[in-house]
Amino acid sequence: MKTQSKASDSPTLAIARSLAALPRERAPRSLLPAVLKKVGLADTYWEIETPIGRIFIAHSRQGISMVSRARSAREFERAFERRTGRPIERAKGKPPADLRAVVAGRRKAADAHLRFDLRGLSEFERAVLLKAFEIPRGEVRPYSWIAREIGHAGAVRATGSALAKNPVPVLIPCHRVVRSDGHLGNYSLGGPRNKRTLLEAEGAQPATLEKLAASGVRYFGNEAEKYFCFPTCGGIGSLMRENLVLFGSDREALAAGYRPCAACRPAA
Amino acid sequence: MSTTCATEGFPGPSESTGLRLVKGHAAMAPADPRNEELAADLDAAFEGLVRAFQDRLYSFALRLCGNREDAEEVAQDSFVRAYRALKTYPAERIRALSLQAWLYRITLNVARNRWRGKRVRLVSLGNGGSDGEDARRAWDVPDASERPDSRLEREQDRRGLASLVASLPERYRAAIILRYVEGLRLEEVAAILNQPLGTAKSNVHRAVNLLRRAITDSRRAKRS
Repeated sequence: MKTQSKASDSPTLAIARSLAALPRERAPRSLLPAVLKKVGLADTYWEIETPIGRIFIAHSRQGISMVSRARSAREFERAFERRTGRPIERAKGKPPADLRAVVAGRRKAADAHLRFDLRGLSEFERAVLLKAFEIPRGEVRPYSWIAREIGHAGAVRATGSALAKNPVPVLIPCHRVVRSDGHLGNYSLGGPRNKRTLLEAEGAQPATLEKLAASGVRYFGNEAEKYFCFPTCGGIGSLMRENLVLFGSDREALAAGYRPCAACRPAA
Repeated sequence: MSTTCATEGFPGPSESTGLRLVKGHAAMAPADPRNEELAADLDAAFEGLVRAFQDRLYSFALRLCGNREDAEEVAQDSFVRAYRALKTYPAERIRALSLQAWLYRITLNVARNRWRGKRVRLVSLGNGGSDGEDARRAWDVPDASERPDSRLEREQDRRGLASLVASLPERYRAAIILRYVEGLRLEEVAAILNQPLGTAKSNVHRAVNLLRRAITDSRRAKRS
């Protein structure tokens, strides 16, 4: 071992200590965006017209990363960079036909093989959004349905919060999730009025749903085949009026010997 | 142009001893989930890698280069090279990487490549400030044996010290920064520098001596 004298040791130690005290400098904010742009990982975006006006759709290599309304492209770019910390550029070329068809309602989202970039969300939030993605166009489900379907029946409020944070509204149709008392509930993309507009455009008839809920109707039953559904379920829609039974709760329907519809799953 | 940072004279990540270090001492390799994420989906995980290491690499580059403009370019370039290298690596190799050592190594190589073309500029180590100001700060570095805690922690002393470090000869500069500023173990320093342990150790030692002399000189210059 070395046997250095204290005298020559202490300046070395002092230097080591003062070197260790040099602060770790923070990388400039421009570093990450510059790197991602250079390696081709910057998100890009399109603009698409919808019933609620022009929306901006950003996507990364992982999938669609953000959907938002904005007064201008610049405003959207700033909002995107603020939210994700990533750079974004306008996409070259038109949005893919698939995507346009989904937004216009000409194609089922599930068939369009849309991929979403949901980085930064928790497992729970992701589960909520992917469940909302399953709700067909023209139909709605209550918040409690999502919570139950993903195995967290008690977490209705948390489900609402997760939907409020949906980074890709319209495409993941959080507007199809409504309160079980018939109120449409909030909507992150411009408030309840836009939620109504979107649902009307999809043929979900929000006004009728509200009237039904106000008069205590939550489910439709098929008397001939003894099953019950959410009122917007595609299966019950074609039902003859004389076979239609109205229920105020799932318990009531179950007690009457009706089984839950396998398509819309109104009860466990 | 090569997609890795390998250039003549300086082995790139493909010959990284950071990798060998891990292979030789598997127990020392941290079980970093980041490796697995990068191996599974590079494009998805790369942003996380940059976020996790950007302060570290930028800081390292700043100490090496001595000015913020070069440091940002070096850090930027390093991440770009890291991405391109990872693109070509099989998953097994990415899993076995010691990411931190590997990234330091790339940064060092990028910085070295830049120095080859030009002289190191010693400006704007602090928050702005002219050359003259920095030179004056360098003089402020005190006698290290004299109340080091209270004096060396002062901001202008730090700038002076950082300037002196950045003006050390390259081989010593990298060694002392990795060992004392970045606080790495000697084994890690040796791996990053691609040197035998003994050589790295003596380079660190020599760097400290040179730095001590530089501090003494700057004090003397200030007095006269």
